[in-house]
Amino acid sequence: MTTLFTADHEWLRIDGDVATIGVTDYAQSQLGDVVFVELPKVGRSLKKAEAAAVVESVKAASDVYSPITGEVTEVNEALAAEPALVNSDAAGKAWFFKIKIADKSELDGLMDEAAYQKHTA
Amino acid sequence: MLAREVETPLKRTPLFALHAARGGKMVPFAGYEMPVQYASGVLREHQHTRASAGLFDVSHMGQIALHAKSGKAEDAALALERLVPQDILSVAPGRQRYAQFTNPEGGILDDLMVANFGKHLFLVVNAACKAEDEAHLRAGLSDVCTIEPLADRALLALQGPKAEAVLAKICAEAPAMRFMDAGPRRIDGIDCFVSRSGYTGEDGFEMSVPADKAEALATALLASGDVLPIGLGARDSLRLEAGLCLYGHDIDTATTPVEGALEWSIQKSRRNGGARAGGFAGADKILDQLETGAPRRRVGLRPEGRAPVREGAPLFASETSSEQIGTVTSGGFGPTLNAPVAMGYLPSPLAASDTLVFAELRGQRLPMRVSAMPFIANTYKR
Repeated sequence: MTTLFTADHEWLRIDGDVATIGVTDYAQSQLGDVVFVELPKVGRSLKKAEAAAVVESVKAASDVYSPITGEVTEVNEALAAEPALVNSDAAGKAWFFKIKIADKSELDGLMDEAAYQKHTA
Repeated sequence: MLAREVETPLKRTPLFALHAARGGKMVPFAGYEMPVQYASGVLREHQHTRASAGLFDVSHMGQIALHAKSGKAEDAALALERLVPQDILSVAPGRQRYAQFTNPEGGILDDLMVANFGKHLFLVVNAACKAEDEAHLRAGLSDVCTIEPLADRALLALQGPKAEAVLAKICAEAPAMRFMDAGPRRIDGIDCFVSRSGYTGEDGFEMSVPADKAEALATALLASGDVLPIGLGARDSLRLEAGLCLYGHDIDTATTPVEGALEWSIQKSRRNGGARAGGFAGADKILDQLETGAPRRRVGLRPEGRAPVREGAPLFASETSSEQIGTVTSGGFGPTLNAPVAMGYLPSPLAASDTLVFAELRGQRLPMRVSAMPFIANTYKR
């Protein structure tokens, strides 16, 4: 399974034609204590760079953008119930939503882990 | 006001080095570089203050000594009553009172604390307003008073249930103070001005200390394992849960003290029929509103869902109505309540507790209930 990253600090795990999307550990460290997460509805069609989810810390609200175009196939209800998962396990249990990839060529512009680490260094 | 200050270089408080050494994340605030949080984060800082004790650097705030030229504090008190709707003459030596500077339209120029130190008055004003406040005092009171900004003093706040025990170790007089007592006290051999007050809803103390002794005092207080340094982030969530106004957000030049639900702070002596009724800027409007009510009121708001509703969110009477009836002026997540909380303005007929209103957020209408404040009971030692 390949993991890719955006400049806006989202990660995508690619499994066939489905991408699982979350925010990076760097993003959660910048956000601080997460107290609320709003997820997209299953079945919603998202365009690349469209605001798809919201993550809120005590201090502020931030949008999570869809890194690619496609339809939402599943959302992480456990995360909505326990937003602090973003702080404790951003790269794992705190996935936000899964999306059916509409255009694989959109993945070409994303970073691999080495490039992302350079981006946040 | 903030936008203008961004263009000038940021100032630092006498505790800047301490903030940096303790991992403070520094942000610009009211012209100063201030810690928004430390390593433990806003949530833990908030909870620690409610459970134990937190130390806040509020040295950016303005401290002003008001001396009557006659040498009598009563003359300074009477003069100050020209600028505020409060009874200052009845503030006994060793006590302090919450007040507001008003403008001719009845709006609030700033809110402040006024302490009677026996021979003179001691004022604490908001950081973003302190230059304007000084000018306002000079313009209004120079015939009777000298206005002395105390720029060489820092201000620390120690808040929380363990504040008294912590401070008692280095200030034997602290436990005898009650809520809103204020005056000179020695702390750990340092000459300070101490009041039993704060901005969290918790029992606690505020300590004015000479700038060159501020780090020593902060270090002595932090030496207690019960005390954590607390940043502006938790300061805001603590005061919001306590229902306390943030100037420039919940009250400003366009809100009167009655609209701001601060009429409890206006004593009978300054109201119609009182011994010194009126005589302050905006008195006509404010005294009239005290008798007949204000068209709108600041209220507490509890979102029914989990989503925080923040400053600026428009309020509506129903899920479908197109007419905006009010605005959220402060809002966020209350860690002690484990729920979102907010305050805002509503037309008086809709300001009663339990009224259902709707905030618009990301294209959705979210239900909120008008709620009594404070959201959590305060623990002042009266």
